[in-house]
Amino acid sequence: MTAVMQSGTDHVNLNPASADIALRATDVSCWFGKRKVLEGVNLAIARHSVVALIGPSGCGKSTFLRTLNRMHELVPTAALAGSVELDGQDIYGTELRPSEVRKRIGMVFQKPNPFPAMSIRENVLAGLKLTGQKSGDADHLVEWALTRASLWTEVRDRLDTPGGSLSGGQQQRLCIARSLAVKPDVLLMDEPCSALDPTSTRRVEETISEVSEEVTIVIVTHNMQQAQRVSDECAFFLAEENQPGRIVEAGTTEQMFTNPTDPRTNDYVNGRFG
Amino acid sequence: MTVGLRPRRPNRIRPSDAIRSFGVLGVSLVLTFALFLVTPLDGPLGFVVLGFALFISLQYAVVRQIMDRKHAADHIATIVVYASAVLTAMPLVFIVGTVVAKGIPGLSLNFFTKTLEGVDPSAGPKTGGALHAITGTLTQVGFAVIVTVPFGILTAVYLTEIKGRFTGIVRLLVDAMSGIPSIVAGLFVYAIWVVGPGGGFSGLAAALSLSILMLPTVARTSEEMLKLVDPSLREASLALGSPQWRTVWQVVLPTARAGIVTAVILGVARVAGETAPLLMTAFGNDRVVNPGAALHEPQSALPLFIFQQLAQDQRERAWTGALVLIGLVLILFVIARIVSRNAKTTR
Repeated sequence: MTAVMQSGTDHVNLNPASADIALRATDVSCWFGKRKVLEGVNLAIARHSVVALIGPSGCGKSTFLRTLNRMHELVPTAALAGSVELDGQDIYGTELRPSEVRKRIGMVFQKPNPFPAMSIRENVLAGLKLTGQKSGDADHLVEWALTRASLWTEVRDRLDTPGGSLSGGQQQRLCIARSLAVKPDVLLMDEPCSALDPTSTRRVEETISEVSEEVTIVIVTHNMQQAQRVSDECAFFLAEENQPGRIVEAGTTEQMFTNPTDPRTNDYVNGRFG
Repeated sequence: MTVGLRPRRPNRIRPSDAIRSFGVLGVSLVLTFALFLVTPLDGPLGFVVLGFALFISLQYAVVRQIMDRKHAADHIATIVVYASAVLTAMPLVFIVGTVVAKGIPGLSLNFFTKTLEGVDPSAGPKTGGALHAITGTLTQVGFAVIVTVPFGILTAVYLTEIKGRFTGIVRLLVDAMSGIPSIVAGLFVYAIWVVGPGGGFSGLAAALSLSILMLPTVARTSEEMLKLVDPSLREASLALGSPQWRTVWQVVLPTARAGIVTAVILGVARVAGETAPLLMTAFGNDRVVNPGAALHEPQSALPLFIFQQLAQDQRERAWTGALVLIGLVLILFVIARIVSRNAKTTR
């Protein structure tokens, strides 16, 4: 096991110095206005691993996810403390522009959101257009990204129809293809299957395991089975009443689901609350 | 026993209800007519009001015989809502009907191919034409669109996308601007352009005054249209690493394209019939002024044409001018609709 995880609590220590860390959050706290929603989160995410952020609603896991590619700050009242490093480089530092950070750390949202004014093909290539890049071999890239998102065989004959004409599950896979086409190092997924039917969910999960060979994935999910199926590691977030969210426990998925250290983790993964 | 397979539309008005309602309507009209015969009541307005009141009361009484209070109230509410809709559409029908009826007799090919240059004002309506006024309106509205569209859209982008510190004050100013009386806009352009650097009356001056009137409509309507763009699309674009200007230019504006075209149509509709500001800016001309010359020469326009023909007691020509003006605006509407629809479906 080369994948590594480090949490804010002392009792988890899975962090040998030799680990290849893609993304490292150190002491991250978040506010919306005066309300603190997240406190002291430490998490190291190993390259090419799939990390699931689990926990009940309102525990700050989506907020945390959005701090990882500077989407958090798009909310006017949002503030944060702590640091996030991508390959050892501070993403909130001066040497990286937010758009550069977001190009390298892509995001897939809860609700599928293909661009309605663009065709399927244009949607896949949107990332290049929006970052002002020329695509060398556009056709090849479109096929590659759609294949990666396991959508190619379904849409190869209608690449010029609007992205909005697809079903919900297909739209979400189109959004994944769109994110993959800019070749990000990390892909953040915010409950990507919560609006999808079971079949589409399975296909998205297959996509996740396939692309994790080349992309590091952080996924927020409410579905315990999904976390178990797709992730290598889990981090359990919890917000006690009127308290900001914290990481209760983090570790390998196997250990979190079979032998968690904290009783609250045990209760949560076994569906006793949340 | 077989069940009938004739499809039903349970939410439609039942034929029996409709027949009964029409029966009640007929009875009320006859009753009203009788009342008008035996009493000193008089006048068409009184007839409509009394007839409607009788219809409502009778309908309630009749429905109440066979259904409960809520059903009866539902029937009355339906009638009132339908009647209100008809009442609202009536003025439009009358206006268009009158203009068409009075405008068509003066309509001839001449109206679109000839001008009033050297035409005796008292000659019949088919002598001479309004080509100078039609081209003038097209030129001035065209110039105004060229000025207004970029400024209007940029204002809308500032209000919805940039949300800078001055959003509140800009919105207030734009709203205040929409309250400027059109004659004041004309006077303003007269004061700072016509008697100043503009060097006299011109089509351009008219376009400037129309722009002042058009800008608030275009800006505020565009703003509302941009607000309708799903915020998750902006997030998706930014999350791909797009700078904000590309997000606005390549995601937000294309998504709102049909809405922005609507905003421009509304702006054009707002100014195409303006007359007051043209009196002090375009002034009028009896011959065709090409767009280049319109930058510094007086020019006619359809509203001015109508106004001047009325002033010379040439009512037929004025009615025809009104008909052509309405037709012109309608054609612009249709073109814009087709353009925005095509842009949406082919992409």
